[in-house]
Amino acid sequence: MIRFPDQLIYRISGFIDTGVDWILANFRTFFRGFASFINSLFQIFDAIFSNIPWWVYIIVLVIVGWRLYKIQVGLTLGAMLFAIGMFGLWDDMIYTLVIIFMSVTASIFIGIPTGILMAKSPRVEKIFKPILDGMQTMPSFVYLIPAVMLFGLGRVPAVIATSIYAIPPLIRLTYLGITNVDEEVIEAGKAFGSTGLQMLTKIELPQSISTIMTGVNQTTMMAMAMVVIASMIGADGIGSQVLISIRRLEVGQGVQAGLAIVFMAIILDRVFQGIAKKFERTADANG
Amino acid sequence: MAKHVSVENLSIIFGRPKAQKEALKLIEEGLSASEIRKITGATVANKKVSFEIEPDELFVIVGLSGSGKSTFIRALNLLNTPTSGDIKINGKSLLELSKKELREYRRKDVSMVFQHFGLLSHRSVLENIEYPLEVQGIPKDERRKKALQVIEQVGLKGWGESLPSELSGGMQQRVGLARALVNDPELLLMDEPYSALDPLIRREMQNELLTLDDSFERTIVFITHDMNEAFRIGDRIALLKDAEVVQIGTPLEFFKNPANDYVIDFIADVDKSRVLKARNVMHRVKNMIHVKASAKEARDLMRATESEFLFVVGDQKKYLGYIDKEALKGKSAQSLETYIQPDENIITRNMYLSEALKVMSDSIYDVAVLDQMGQLRGALTSDEIITALSE
Repeated sequence: MIRFPDQLIYRISGFIDTGVDWILANFRTFFRGFASFINSLFQIFDAIFSNIPWWVYIIVLVIVGWRLYKIQVGLTLGAMLFAIGMFGLWDDMIYTLVIIFMSVTASIFIGIPTGILMAKSPRVEKIFKPILDGMQTMPSFVYLIPAVMLFGLGRVPAVIATSIYAIPPLIRLTYLGITNVDEEVIEAGKAFGSTGLQMLTKIELPQSISTIMTGVNQTTMMAMAMVVIASMIGADGIGSQVLISIRRLEVGQGVQAGLAIVFMAIILDRVFQGIAKKFERTADANG
Repeated sequence: MAKHVSVENLSIIFGRPKAQKEALKLIEEGLSASEIRKITGATVANKKVSFEIEPDELFVIVGLSGSGKSTFIRALNLLNTPTSGDIKINGKSLLELSKKELREYRRKDVSMVFQHFGLLSHRSVLENIEYPLEVQGIPKDERRKKALQVIEQVGLKGWGESLPSELSGGMQQRVGLARALVNDPELLLMDEPYSALDPLIRREMQNELLTLDDSFERTIVFITHDMNEAFRIGDRIALLKDAEVVQIGTPLEFFKNPANDYVIDFIADVDKSRVLKARNVMHRVKNMIHVKASAKEARDLMRATESEFLFVVGDQKKYLGYIDKEALKGKSAQSLETYIQPDENIITRNMYLSEALKVMSDSIYDVAVLDQMGQLRGALTSDEIITALSE
């Protein structure tokens, strides 16, 4: 009686396969349509991002770093971006940036309203909390499987898997920000006859904006991590450079691409954190 | 005049609906709040509280923490919903208001000042003050104009563009007060507004509140745990203990007839000479006449009230001076105006009794007690002061 008994083995993988097959059989046109919608969005943004000259990115980044922190930070961030270009990875970086941009935007549009809903309704909160816990413990490449099943290979499933993977911190922090607004401030809002919408737009959201911005920052970092892994399902970008180097055992190439990923992550992190801090300074200071 | 606020048998219970119902039954059986808590698990915050507040009264509710005073004040604008009983404002029950009516009530008729100010940290001082008008949809320049008026009233002129976090505690509470005054409410609720401030500032704010109270027709309900504060500012005081009212009365009544040992204990530390004011001790004026009355009317009134002189007031009870019996003798002129003698012995109603005593030391008659606006509010004799202090 040491081994788990064979009679008790009951695999659910079969049901899931049948389920996915059923979805595919019945909603194929829907998924196709959705995929081509995402694809054309990608092409639009890619066209915009690719047509901005490289030096504009660097100059803007230096100025942003300078305004948010100080000139040294701006110059360092600018140098990192310049290095990515020197490594010959500029186009890959832009491609990765477009996927991150689309994923984070989608996360914001879905995540903030969900967080608000969770804060407002105990029932929604009860449903979403375990889901979020599950999502955050799930290994990242598990997200790739359904995306590939439903949308095939390439950048479309990458954008979708990245959005889903990156959304939990934003939902959580929006929820946290709104539920943590000072009780007396909420009472004051009610006592002066605010409507529900006025409470949200004039009190709750402005009071929690710095927490929400921290959520956006975390979501961006999660998206950055995911987009590298998404190269496994055929998304181009810096991640695919790493993947290629692993396959060909090119150490130098791999380290170089890895370094570019680190630089990109640092740049995104600093920029979003700086923005979050800016909000904190103007907003959060009760007493 | 009708009562402004009347609270009838108000009970507020927190807990699961079933426990609340059970607790209500136990209240009828006369159990105490702590006993009910043990049996049902529900918290009885207010237990059959009843009283009435007159228009323009400064009504103080005092009690230790946990006595249910903060719960109570939040029932007056329905931030807390009564479990049973009723609250009437100008005769109309709050519980019958529709959602929209309740919003209108909160926007126009009532406002609140909070212990920790409850300011919006992301908005400037002026934007904070404008908030109550903003939610009503009043246009930008109109509400800015009103906010600038109010900010001057609370003495914060020039601070409008600052953020609340740049202000001291006392100044932040002035912003809270300005915000509460901007919609010209009939009823002002103040929930321990000065408890978070240091004693010196607190005293200053109390005096300012009394001055402010004189310049408006406005009912104020003020919560505090500090008996000295309660006695210093209250026209009448309700003492709460364990969710129940122990005693309601004027400060003087508290000193004269404390309801039980708890009240005696509670007021033991109160220094009468430093809390009692002219307003607490003064009596109503019967020998008062309008300046447009005739000499005959004046003589009749003197006879009727058995007094040696009359207080003469103008419109809105503005005090002008007094008329002596001697001065009127045999005169039949139409207007009283010529006989009025200017009065130098005047007491403002927020004077402490010790100060008042100094002013009236050489006066044999009643001394006029005026408010900040110069209206005659009552009269005071030195005997009254001495009795009040010696009791």
